[in-house]
Amino acid sequence: MLKTLKRVFSYARPYIAYFVLTVVFAAAGISLSLSVPVFIGEAVDCCTGKGAVDFDRLLRIVCILAGAVAASGLFQWVMSLCTNRLAFLTVRDLRADAFAKLERVPLSYIDRRTKGELTSRVINDIEIVSDGLLQGFTQFFSGVITIIGTLIFMMTINVKIAIAVVLLTPLSFIAASRITKASHDSYVKQSKLRGDMVGLAEEMAGNQKIVKAFVYDKCAEERFAQINSEYGKIGAKATFFSSMTNPTTRFVNGLIYAAVGLMGALGAIGHSPFIGAMSVGKLSSFLAYSNQYTKPFNEISGVFAELQNAVASARRVFDLLDEEEVSDDSAMEKLGNCSGELTFEHVCFSYDPKVKLIQDLNLNVRAGQRIAIVGPTGCGKSTIINLLLRFYDINSGRITVSGRDISSVTRDSLRSSFGMVLQETWVFTGTVAENIAYGVPGASREQVIEAAKAVHAHGFIKRLPQGYDTVISEDCGLSQGQKQLICIARIMLMDPPMLILDEATSSIDIRTEHRIQRAFIKLMKNKTSFIIAHRLSTIKSSDIILVMKQGNIIEQGSHSELMAKGGFYAELYNSQFAS
Amino acid sequence: MTKLLRFLKNYKKELILGPFFKLLEAIFELIVPLLMAKIIDNGIASGDSAYVWKMSGVIVLLGICGLTFALTCQFLAAKCAYGFGTELRAALYKHINSLSYTGIDSIGTASLVNRLTNDSMTVQNGVNMFIRLAVRAPFLVIGAAVMAVTIDLRLSVVLFIAAPLISGIIFFIMRRTVPMYKKTQQKLDRASMLTRENLEGTRVIRAFSRQQEEIDEFGEAVDEIAKCSIAVGKISAILNPAAFMIMNLGIVAILWFGGGRINTGSLTQGELTAFTNYMTQILLALVLLANLIVVFTKAFASANRISEIFALAPESSGTAENGSASENIIEFRNVSFTYEGAGDSSVSGLSFTLRRGETLGIIGGTGSGKSTVASLIPAFYRPTEGEVLIAGVNVNEWDVKALRRRIGIVPQKAVLFSGTLRDNMKWRDRNASDEEIISALKTAQAWEFAEKLPDGLDTFISQGGKNLSGGQKQRIAIARALVGKPDMLILDDSTSALDYATDLKLRKALREEMSGTSVIMISQRTTSLRDADKIIVMEDGVPAGIGTNDELLESCEVYREIYKSQMNEKEGGSNA
Repeated sequence: MLKTLKRVFSYARPYIAYFVLTVVFAAAGISLSLSVPVFIGEAVDCCTGKGAVDFDRLLRIVCILAGAVAASGLFQWVMSLCTNRLAFLTVRDLRADAFAKLERVPLSYIDRRTKGELTSRVINDIEIVSDGLLQGFTQFFSGVITIIGTLIFMMTINVKIAIAVVLLTPLSFIAASRITKASHDSYVKQSKLRGDMVGLAEEMAGNQKIVKAFVYDKCAEERFAQINSEYGKIGAKATFFSSMTNPTTRFVNGLIYAAVGLMGALGAIGHSPFIGAMSVGKLSSFLAYSNQYTKPFNEISGVFAELQNAVASARRVFDLLDEEEVSDDSAMEKLGNCSGELTFEHVCFSYDPKVKLIQDLNLNVRAGQRIAIVGPTGCGKSTIINLLLRFYDINSGRITVSGRDISSVTRDSLRSSFGMVLQETWVFTGTVAENIAYGVPGASREQVIEAAKAVHAHGFIKRLPQGYDTVISEDCGLSQGQKQLICIARIMLMDPPMLILDEATSSIDIRTEHRIQRAFIKLMKNKTSFIIAHRLSTIKSSDIILVMKQGNIIEQGSHSELMAKGGFYAELYNSQFAS
Repeated sequence: MTKLLRFLKNYKKELILGPFFKLLEAIFELIVPLLMAKIIDNGIASGDSAYVWKMSGVIVLLGICGLTFALTCQFLAAKCAYGFGTELRAALYKHINSLSYTGIDSIGTASLVNRLTNDSMTVQNGVNMFIRLAVRAPFLVIGAAVMAVTIDLRLSVVLFIAAPLISGIIFFIMRRTVPMYKKTQQKLDRASMLTRENLEGTRVIRAFSRQQEEIDEFGEAVDEIAKCSIAVGKISAILNPAAFMIMNLGIVAILWFGGGRINTGSLTQGELTAFTNYMTQILLALVLLANLIVVFTKAFASANRISEIFALAPESSGTAENGSASENIIEFRNVSFTYEGAGDSSVSGLSFTLRRGETLGIIGGTGSGKSTVASLIPAFYRPTEGEVLIAGVNVNEWDVKALRRRIGIVPQKAVLFSGTLRDNMKWRDRNASDEEIISALKTAQAWEFAEKLPDGLDTFISQGGKNLSGGQKQRIAIARALVGKPDMLILDDSTSALDYATDLKLRKALREEMSGTSVIMISQRTTSLRDADKIIVMEDGVPAGIGTNDELLESCEVYREIYKSQMNEKEGGSNA
């Protein structure tokens, strides 16, 4: 835990000035505010009764008090400003680092996790760190100063009453921790039930149309009602338990208040030499202290609970930051001019060492050849893409491009010699033009339009509300096919020597599909291309067909060769294309 | 808003008693400073220790009573709030279930979920806080003010200047910061969106070597968050110090003027102490009140969002539970349909009949109205013009549940639910036997993999079917609709994730195993529809042709075009 805390604070190091200022101003502001009851007490002592008011002294005290109050308020304000900067700037840096890390971890790390989980680390977890650790720290710090300061002030007024207060304080603690313990169980149950209920609501109401279509409403209502009423019962219990804290600590406060009043009054009367002499004014400042003394204790115990939370979140963030990165290749050579020739030599690869996948794959591709990858759904066709672009590294053997081992050149230069269009299209929130120019950021508007025209995307883009300046996003109402055309235009503009294309299988209307097909053909001209193919025409016109099954390449050759062989491909061909 | 009050009906007792007990506690709390003043003025002044002891005892006693009352109130508040919340949610969910598709569209499913969960909990919390604080906070403010006035009217002028001043500052700061907090939240949402987009596009980003640009863009986004947060922090940081200053400067004024009052004998020392005490109490109560206003504003906004749902009328339904003896299972008579709020009709002038056991194909581009046609059959939407007859009875006369029980539906997106495979298969028929389930899985070509699942029918399927592939999900969704052999089966482009061979096997099995069932099949592939008894070709909401494959090839230009483009891909269709 300490290690995690240290690390969070190491992120705050650039803002150490704010940190120091926070501490200084907190100490100054709080001690000044603590002196207020003392001055009030002294002022009360100036007014002992009718005709006995010491106005000179009263005026002096009142002026000092006003000064102390103004200064304390000012210091507290400056302290808040410093804490804010400290917290928000630290969080900004931490977020930027976490995000940058996501760009450098191997893809396997991202593939293994859900996008929601990783997003939550960058956004929510860091938010919790900010709330719990940085702002919690100031609360903690000012709480401690308040307690120590109050103790000192009380001691200076009357040691014995102060000791009585100190002895009574644990009552508040004990009560609070008892309650927390008692409520913990029902709290855990409540949050689990809430999760269950939200989950069920998401599934059922989130798919309301299906629920209606299957006339499942009664069943769903029963399930919901059950969780709902359980949640209601446990929730009431948990809420009641947790709401006991305030009245209970208020009660303990009241006890301390009464005790101070009693002892102080007895002292003032002077019959109890044990307590020592007290004035009415001192008693009233004592009463004021006893009122504010227990408050920081409650705050601190609250801070501890939040702290635990924050440390857990910080750990998750640091886990991400500690993840191994892809090896640094900035010192390697660039691929440079690429002919489009490509070989796989004795390549072995698997995601999981226990499950063998690609074994001893050999493949010779001449410049400009077309390679079709075919196989049933889910046979691992995307593995080839992962290896070609070095999203994953092979276990043994080697892959060469233009005669050079792809592990001996920079990843960026390798990847920029490929153009890739995946079936799961990816457009980001930005204008159409920005999306098309993604690979060539400096492209002129004319070049963008030319690329769009080449892939027959110009027509529909022109009809968008703001044409090329229309802002689009993943769920912006563009059809799957239109998004794919934009992705193809992106590659068209880049004009790389090699291509990786994924033919769409579904959800695209026939005319758009036709357009995409024509765009592909235009794109593939004179380029070495790998195509995850679903269309017979694409497959038959390819130079090499790789037939995959359960992640493995089981056959390769041209259409006629494979048909003559009468193996899996022939079987697939006969079943799929002859009805 | 007021519509939600009816859910408090069963908790009248708690609603009245809760605040009442809280009030008692607050009264006791107000008496304490007064007692302390008495101790100072009577006990100390006259040196009466017995009196001091007695009064201290009374303070402790009041504390104990106060604690008891407060706990009683907290208990009643929790009971009432959660009771209310539970009843509200149950009724809300029932109402959601009664909504028509048009009603669901008008709110959106994501928002329905949000209102059912988050909003209902916010309102519930509002009720809880109402009982606990709505009476206490204003009472403490007013009570402390009244007490102060009874002690010394002239001195309380200070109080009447300070309290509105603090309220004004709270109000000013809240008005300035609330929109700024919203803006900050939007910036945070943007950073969240960027992260998500980035993760979804990692492969593309890396393929284009654009990592640095993405990092820079995110850097700017988080920088803006920091700027926004610091800006709002600057304003909200004023609140506490300002309140502290006003309150204490008020005390300064009280001490100074109080000194004068004591000198003339119209105020005692003890009363002066009590007066400063009330000053503090008012400030604390005001801050509490401000927080309470925030809670209530949120609760009201949530309550309004929930009321919007209750305001939607439930789906209308006829009473017919059975069809007539008509040999047409489906008949459309010059049907047109326009979505609510849409300008153009999505389907217009569609007429056709389908006999029992026949297969209907619907083909056309995206947005041509194919799915809309299908959704008119189970009365998900009602035709705006013309009539839809199912088994000879107008859909408006059908009892919608009875009608839908006769129809098996496979939606475009295969949605499965968390639970076992068996649970998922029982959606159409709660009492389906394992044999029926397996037979449906076989017909849907799903048994070949379902059989190999580690726990067979008891295999747990995670939410949304994440542990299955797209093709597997689709086949299970098909099988789910087959259980109990419905009269009609609607397949809304539901075989897109299946390869040609499986698609072919599926169609063959449907023909053989589900011979009594009329199949409505929406597809992009002419091959899938070739054997249909009737094909409707949709273009821009208008039927461009209706007939069999051969007839349409003869007469329908649009169909011919589609057919040719797909056959070309097969190079003349090989042995088609």
